[in-house]
Amino acid sequence: MSAATQTGLIPTGAVRHNEMSVFFAMAALLALAPFGIYPFFLMQAMCFALFACAFNLLIGYVGLLSFGHAMFFGFAGYIAAHFAKLGTIDFTIPLIGIGPHINLGPINPAWAILLAVIASAILGLLTGALAIRRQGIYFAMITLALSQMIYFFCLQAPFTHGEDGIQSVPQGRFLGLFDLSHQMTMYYVVLAIFLFGFFAIYRTINSPFGEILKAIRENEPRAISLGYKVDRYKLAAFVLSAALAGLAGGTKALVSQNASLTDVHWSMSGEVVLMTLLGGMGTVFGPVIGAVVIVAMQNYLAQYGQWVTVIQGIIFVACVLLFRKGIIGEIAAKLKTAL
Amino acid sequence: MLDLIGISSQALFGQLLLGLINGSFYALLSLGLAVIFGMLNIVNFAHGALYMTGAFCAWFMLNGLGINYWFALVLAPLVVGAFGVLIDRLMLQRLAGLDHLYGLLLTFGLALIIQGLFQNQFGSSGLPYAIPPQLTGGQHLGFMFLPNYRAWVIVFSLVVCLATWFAIEKTRLGAYLRAATENPAMVRAFGINVPLMVTLTYGFGVALAALAGVLAAPINQVRPQMGADFIIVVFAVVVIGGMGSIMGSIVTGFMLGLIEGLTKVFYPEASNTVVFVIMAIVLLIKPNGLFGRAT
Repeated sequence: MSAATQTGLIPTGAVRHNEMSVFFAMAALLALAPFGIYPFFLMQAMCFALFACAFNLLIGYVGLLSFGHAMFFGFAGYIAAHFAKLGTIDFTIPLIGIGPHINLGPINPAWAILLAVIASAILGLLTGALAIRRQGIYFAMITLALSQMIYFFCLQAPFTHGEDGIQSVPQGRFLGLFDLSHQMTMYYVVLAIFLFGFFAIYRTINSPFGEILKAIRENEPRAISLGYKVDRYKLAAFVLSAALAGLAGGTKALVSQNASLTDVHWSMSGEVVLMTLLGGMGTVFGPVIGAVVIVAMQNYLAQYGQWVTVIQGIIFVACVLLFRKGIIGEIAAKLKTAL
Repeated sequence: MLDLIGISSQALFGQLLLGLINGSFYALLSLGLAVIFGMLNIVNFAHGALYMTGAFCAWFMLNGLGINYWFALVLAPLVVGAFGVLIDRLMLQRLAGLDHLYGLLLTFGLALIIQGLFQNQFGSSGLPYAIPPQLTGGQHLGFMFLPNYRAWVIVFSLVVCLATWFAIEKTRLGAYLRAATENPAMVRAFGINVPLMVTLTYGFGVALAALAGVLAAPINQVRPQMGADFIIVVFAVVVIGGMGSIMGSIVTGFMLGLIEGLTKVFYPEASNTVVFVIMAIVLLIKPNGLFGRAT
């Protein structure tokens, strides 16, 4: 999919150097930011930024448009919230009515997030294996349909509490060391998770594996003819993206202390597409900027209700018609570098 | 016999009827999607929003302008179709030559705008739309009660679907259309105005969605969100059927409506998800869809 190709520059040593400088600047900025900006907003923005980066790994570097990424984000949120609060596992098989019942009790938030990541990765493996059987727009429709299925599952499954969601999730002590009920401690834990996830994605796209992903994006038949098992690479990228989206979703559930249907709804899948498109598909930092802008907009315009939806739609249309490279993509093109 | 397994024939046939109704809407919508996809190579994400717009058009015509159902059945698709022509001329045509994903993103944005505007204006509650007086009441068939309006919706949708199939597969205009789908440059070289055909195709596909909206107005309440969740099921229907064949879209639409109706009777918990499960199974067995061609 050449559409996601940005500047056409091959990342050279100098470009990598630029990207690393921007990365450290971003880390430093985020470390200082809570002294000037409301930390809760920043934590939410970082969760969505990580979510958008995970999504961008697929659209930007493999050329796969997933329109169902909310299933990983939202489902992971439910898993993290459930294990941090109750920790019961009930495998009762429907219709038969028997099955094992395990009670772990509320578990440490770090392990709750880890379980959420694992659950997302498994979900990614199952849905990805189905979705990569078709290309292009079919891929988008299949992921959307599968995520709608997960939405109905979350609506009906007992542990998610349907319309109510899982409320007042305890924050606990991260790894038994960091007291997350203290907001600043929570902030730096979230920052560490965000930077970890971001760096994992950055390393992936610059690894030999990432180069093969880009080759698939540019010319899939050619990658096949070169002997690459394209489907395996796509699936691996899909699972990785799902797992990182799960990391974002699980963290967000602990930050906001609840998990609800909003995060598994298709409109959330649309939002992450919007964040990435606005920031710049296939750029390293674009999704972060896009996420910050969209989350800020939602906070400021919250009282205007459905106008937020209308504005989001207008941004979609404007991005597609006027600046397809997104904010960071346009800046990078001006600076003749990659960001 | 059915009573033995705890299901009354009344409930069974009632749900099958409802399934057929939903199936007619699936068929009309997936048919429009398939026609648009064939010519423009985009998936029209705004299809659900335009279906909803069709229903609102009918509602507004009745309550604002005093235009009755029968005129709305013709006028609402024309209005929405004209709106579609505008969308194509002002926006979609600018995306020619770009990756198809941009068409999808653009129409998704349009869907958000349309739906958001209607939600601002009308909130989330449903507006009632009366069944036209000629079609109130129903028939006692012995095993079930058949409301006249529902019978009308099924028969009329079927007629529209088959007429569309006939127009595309059997007429001269349809031949041009199919040729332009295969090779637009060649068809242009023969002196046929392909861009105009593309625009009108989009308008027609969108008008079909609006028509489904008008038909749905007296059955489901007219709500701003009526298209949003519905269109996702239609996408699954399209994946199951494959967009290669017109008849395939029609058959798949009706078939899945029926299956959904049956699921409501025998295992209601799964009725929301059965179409998606079938999609997953079809992807495993026949990745190109039941009627699809290999891509």
